[in-house]
Amino acid sequence: MKSSIAPRRAAAIAGARRGSLSGWMFVVPALIAYCAFVIYPLILGIQYSFYKWNGVGPSEFVGLKNYIRVFTDPTLLGSIGNAFVLIAFFTLIPVSAGLVLATLIRSMRPGPFSSLSQTILFLPQIIPLAAAGIAWSWMYAQTGAVNQALNAIGLGNLARPWLGDFQTALPAVGLIGSWVLTGLCTVLFLTGIGKIDQSLYEAVRLDGASWWREFITITIPGLRQEIAVLVTITIIAALSSFDIIYTTTLGGPGRSTLVPGISIYRIGFTQSNVGLASAFGIVLMVLVLACVLPIQRLARASSK
Amino acid sequence: MAISRSRVHLARRPVALAAIAATALLALSACAPGGNAPVVNDVTVSTELTSEDVVLTIADETGFPLTDELATEFTKQYPNVTFNVTRDTFQNLTAAAPKLLASDTPPDLIRLPTIGDTVKDGLIANLDPWAEAYGWDKWSAAQLAPLRVNEDGVRGSGSLYQLGLGYSVTGIYMNTTLADQLGIDEAPTTIAEFEDNLATAKAAGVLPIMAGDKDGVVNFVVQAAMNQYADPKEMMDWILNVPGATYDTPGNVKGADLVREWADAGYFPSDINAIDYPSFVSRFQAGEGLFTFNGNWAAADTQAKMNGNVDFFLVPTAEEGGDHVAMGAANSFSVAAGSKHLNEIVFFLNWLHTDPTARQIVTDITGAAPGGDPAQEQPSVEPGSLIEKALAMSAVIGAENGQVDFMANATAGIYAGSIIPESQLLVTSQITGQEFVTRVQEFYAQELAG
Repeated sequence: MKSSIAPRRAAAIAGARRGSLSGWMFVVPALIAYCAFVIYPLILGIQYSFYKWNGVGPSEFVGLKNYIRVFTDPTLLGSIGNAFVLIAFFTLIPVSAGLVLATLIRSMRPGPFSSLSQTILFLPQIIPLAAAGIAWSWMYAQTGAVNQALNAIGLGNLARPWLGDFQTALPAVGLIGSWVLTGLCTVLFLTGIGKIDQSLYEAVRLDGASWWREFITITIPGLRQEIAVLVTITIIAALSSFDIIYTTTLGGPGRSTLVPGISIYRIGFTQSNVGLASAFGIVLMVLVLACVLPIQRLARASSK
Repeated sequence: MAISRSRVHLARRPVALAAIAATALLALSACAPGGNAPVVNDVTVSTELTSEDVVLTIADETGFPLTDELATEFTKQYPNVTFNVTRDTFQNLTAAAPKLLASDTPPDLIRLPTIGDTVKDGLIANLDPWAEAYGWDKWSAAQLAPLRVNEDGVRGSGSLYQLGLGYSVTGIYMNTTLADQLGIDEAPTTIAEFEDNLATAKAAGVLPIMAGDKDGVVNFVVQAAMNQYADPKEMMDWILNVPGATYDTPGNVKGADLVREWADAGYFPSDINAIDYPSFVSRFQAGEGLFTFNGNWAAADTQAKMNGNVDFFLVPTAEEGGDHVAMGAANSFSVAAGSKHLNEIVFFLNWLHTDPTARQIVTDITGAAPGGDPAQEQPSVEPGSLIEKALAMSAVIGAENGQVDFMANATAGIYAGSIIPESQLLVTSQITGQEFVTRVQEFYAQELAG
């Protein structure tokens, strides 16, 4: 018995080794690309962040000076604050709206109407953000669709240049983000709901549960993973937002919609201060990780 | 067993981390980024055009067809030289210029609004040897001065690093249809008269000044107001980065305060911070607003769109009969130090300042004087046209020595980083003139310090 097991075990180990080797072979192309386009630039970015460099000429080692500037310059700190406000519009609104919409669509009878509503909700996801930004800036203009609609329903005194007003500019660009991301959240939640065991719904209904009860006890826990994924990617979208702001307000009026993405672009490419831009980029990356990693951990813990 | 192993692991971790950090730091300080100056081609200066086939490359901004027209005409006259003109938006081109110039195949000629570090880094060619060979000392010295950079990296004197393709001048456009309705029969000659006109328009429900500040163009108004109270030499020194020059002068504060008063009085559109350059131009041309502040580049288009019911004049002076001051600048182009056709591209630059056909093209397309030797015959223009007025305005500014550069050209980052956001606060009455001036000066000092 013993003698027959030993070679089999050896073969199994050899097989596992061969398996891990061929595993590596499969991973290598992606790993090379990942190192060349993610790891290497990241290391370069860390290196640049310790220098005063204009991107072309000679550089000067300045230690932590660029990082100190990031944490003491009120303009740069303000842009980080704006990015956190955007989380409300990029994460809270789309994820909650997506949950509700997905539940509603699922409760509809499958047919042309439910697939039509899915398609319409998902459409913003297909439109390039730059184009969406320009279209929305027309709608938000003094004579744009938003103000025309307000005038039409007798709320003309609320009409204003939404993107040119210090109070409304940030929420207005935030809502563009909500509009884009709600469709993505809805579609992902719909597939998630499809995977939930139908017998759970039947059971809870037999117990006489309301729609709300069903939503809280079955749907939300069943969608834990999807919620974690969506919260993660939408928070990243909020903190690293660039294109919507760039095509609508350029960070204005004043600095009311200035976000780190715009600041980094300006500092690095317009002011040619590559060191400071890199330092701010690294800080932004750490911030994103600090927000996203706990969510990942929470999701993993709750799924165990 | 398992516990102790993980303890060992934990104990080792800080050591490993420290080792990684130390190696990383060593690696970081060992090889500093950058520092390879581009190869400068050693050429003998020649004013004779080669007879070989040459392709010259020009990097220009979108929306300015001048280089295309000039290139076509040049190829017609010298068929062995052809051109490859690439275009990008002003913002993208400004941001990419240093990298383009530092590349192995730089464009021979590039639109370069701010010189920045390009001279210090050896990226653009010193044109002094050609200036001597071609005799450019006969050209207007005042026009060439802002295109010079000295050894300390300060613009305004030293060696010639740029040339202009057309030289701009700014002023006020007045909708004469609205002016007639309001009983305004001639252009104001003092700021006080101008303010009377603004009040008249406001009282009659006509928008006094069409301006936009989504992209900062209201600074034509801000700087025009400052120009009437500030010393143009001081403003120019500041724009040219002369050491010790400051933006915080009583004249600049007074000008900024005047703009704040106009904002308080409701002389600007209520959605000013949502209006960009193309929108305010087209809204003025469509009849909205009595006045607008803009440059000669818009003259031909505005005259055509408004069927001639428009006037163009220099910003009135603070005192009756005072010297006029206006923003104006060369549409500045630089030659790449790494260009393989230095003699050919400079021949082209000399040609467009001296050839009568080329000079006519510059004026027809830009509405601006072609520069060059003032003694040379000026291009012909349609009598009574706004372009004729613009050329006369340029002449007045030249005679009264009142040309200042645009303050947005002071440093590469000041427009987007400070002037635009602060002016958006100023024109909506949220900061005072003094606050505007102080904040812009702070940003300037910080950017120059790096």
